[in-house]
Amino acid sequence: MTVRVQTQDFDASAEIGALRRGNPKVGAVASFIGIVRDVNEGAVAEMALEHYPGMTERAIEEIVTQARGRWDIFDALVIHRVGTLKPTDQIVLVVVTSGHRGDAFAACEFIMDYLKTRAPFWKKERTPSGERWVEARTSDDIAAERWRLKG
Amino acid sequence: MVKVLYFARLREALGTAGEEVALPASVTTLAGLRAVLSARGGAWSEELAANRRIRAAVNQIMADEQTAIADGDEVAFFPPVTGG
Repeated sequence: MTVRVQTQDFDASAEIGALRRGNPKVGAVASFIGIVRDVNEGAVAEMALEHYPGMTERAIEEIVTQARGRWDIFDALVIHRVGTLKPTDQIVLVVVTSGHRGDAFAACEFIMDYLKTRAPFWKKERTPSGERWVEARTSDDIAAERWRLKG
Repeated sequence: MVKVLYFARLREALGTAGEEVALPASVTTLAGLRAVLSARGGAWSEELAANRRIRAAVNQIMADEQTAIADGDEVAFFPPVTGG
């Protein structure tokens, strides 16, 4: 498992290649890339992402550990950027390797849904009319809730 | 003493990224600490009011109101997260 929080951009193709290299049992790789859009509830010129160093890495590792317990996956990589980002910039990369696509797709989506609601990152948008903290979305809570195990 | 950290909107509204707080003997939970901080008035009362949707972590793990806290802990208060 690899978790990185960094200001610099990432090369998804190189990261995917590195994650599956040397394991001939990998039959499926699922990946997700989050991108900064130029509009949210208004025009967005720029975005500043902050996080809670230490807890962030720990929270994402915990999410990946849960994914490993639920699906048959070989490895997972999460890279999340912080600092100043502009529209069209990449924010987040999740890559999961598995023997088959079902586990890879599910684990990748689970990691992303949990990251959105459990990893301590906060976005502040700079718009033509000033700065605003992005509010958490109920739709993200609902997306994460879908994965709750029925008791 | 507990180390208390504030992030994002809370950090800006409270004007501090963190502080050391001496726990009164009666305070043993996260809810207790939140009440002590909220009693400072002004932005503290406003941001940490019971009806404000804020999250917290104890020793870097998501916590709830009933989570126990003790001297030496690292506690953080922050708005609901918005990464990804």
